[in-house]
Amino acid sequence: MIRTVIALFVPMLAGLAADALWASSELTDERIRQLNHMLIHDCGSCHGLTLNGGLGPALTPAAMHGKPTETIRQTIVNGRKGTPMPPFGSMLSGQEIDWLVDAIKDGITRGD
Amino acid sequence: MGLVVERERGRVHVVEHSTNTRLATVSGMGDLSHASAVYSRDQRYAFVFGRDGGLTKVDLLRGRIVKRVVQAGNSIGGAVSQDGTVVAVSNYEPGGVRLFDAQTLDMIMDIPAAAADGSLSKVVGLVDAPGDRFVFSLYDAGEIWVADVGDRSNPIITRFPDVGRLPYDALLTPDGRFYIAGLFGEDGLALLDLWHPDRGVRRIMDNYGRGDEKLPVYKMPHLEGWAMSGQLAFVPAVGRHEVLVIDSKDWTEKGRIPVHGQPVFVMAQPAGRQVWVNFALPDNDTVQIIDTETLEIAHTLRPGPAVLHMEFTPRGERVWLSVRDDDRVAVYDTNSFERVAQLDIHKPSGIFFSSRATRIGL
Repeated sequence: MIRTVIALFVPMLAGLAADALWASSELTDERIRQLNHMLIHDCGSCHGLTLNGGLGPALTPAAMHGKPTETIRQTIVNGRKGTPMPPFGSMLSGQEIDWLVDAIKDGITRGD
Repeated sequence: MGLVVERERGRVHVVEHSTNTRLATVSGMGDLSHASAVYSRDQRYAFVFGRDGGLTKVDLLRGRIVKRVVQAGNSIGGAVSQDGTVVAVSNYEPGGVRLFDAQTLDMIMDIPAAAADGSLSKVVGLVDAPGDRFVFSLYDAGEIWVADVGDRSNPIITRFPDVGRLPYDALLTPDGRFYIAGLFGEDGLALLDLWHPDRGVRRIMDNYGRGDEKLPVYKMPHLEGWAMSGQLAFVPAVGRHEVLVIDSKDWTEKGRIPVHGQPVFVMAQPAGRQVWVNFALPDNDTVQIIDTETLEIAHTLRPGPAVLHMEFTPRGERVWLSVRDDDRVAVYDTNSFERVAQLDIHKPSGIFFSSRATRIGL
């Protein structure tokens, strides 16, 4: 019984690992550059080019300190109803949004 | 002459629109995300408002900064008084309006935008109005205020509360009579007749969305006095891919024009025959031109990725477009619709010609 479970489990894990590897290799350098640019210039048009805020709140690591990753993620995907924050879920893939969430939490580099 | 904002490098370029060249580059302008500019009455000096609260006076003739103050945490725009002696700045942080001497940039008045509960609102849609007045809107509180600053020691503020949810910007008609605030939180615009302020603020184009689900708005539209062409006002719909046409005789809907995306700037060419429209993400590589007589799309241009801003030459024979992701300003002939010149400028955003000094409310 246990052997059966392991027999099933190992390929599943391998599949998941393969998926993860495949998924992480999907964001090319160029796409990352574009996401960085989007964060600074498109998000930045409301949040400030330095992400220190404007019409929208600051998105710096200091401002986001303590905010759950999932909250940030959901805000990007769904927007905030009743405010000017629009949903980006249809424009960006899950991975791209993950990249943006990390960039917001960890801070980004300016300029290209 | 005029200037082009190089938003990421904290610089502005002094330009001239006779032969379409750059005359000077001015650095040290601070954070120029969403920077805008107004001009002294003699058109020599630009007052540039920066996102870091910076207010910088730039001498166009000498291509250099005359004076710079950091007057708030975060500001978005401003206006010069009718007599040219005062520069008013519209602040997000702290929410309010501050007035400065146009010569020295000394602060002469502070007007906190405090709603009835004492909380401060971001200020938007600040315009100069005849009679030494400034008119502006409180974004968070949903109010319109008129400040009469004729007597510097005793400003008279008239407040109009409850004009609608989240006024995001406003325009003044070129004759200086009507102040119109666009609303983000509901469908409609708020109108104030400055000749008869006692009549209060009126809702126009109410429920123009007809209950339809709003489309996402990836960039806030902007309103300025160039919305007017003859008797008609052309304004962006919010959450609809339409330009709304309003008859200024009675402020009722004259029509609506389906367009390529969410309009951001809707600008009437000075000659009045065309209205040029640019768009928010993801449609911001396109510009459409509306014929004001037929109310149809006359042309569609694809100037390049991320067309942020447009500025007509004073008599409208050419228009300058900032094409952010081409790192270029493109100059188009408005008769032939051909690109006739371009200037290489990194991530250009706002373009402001000094002829704005001659127009009320700009």
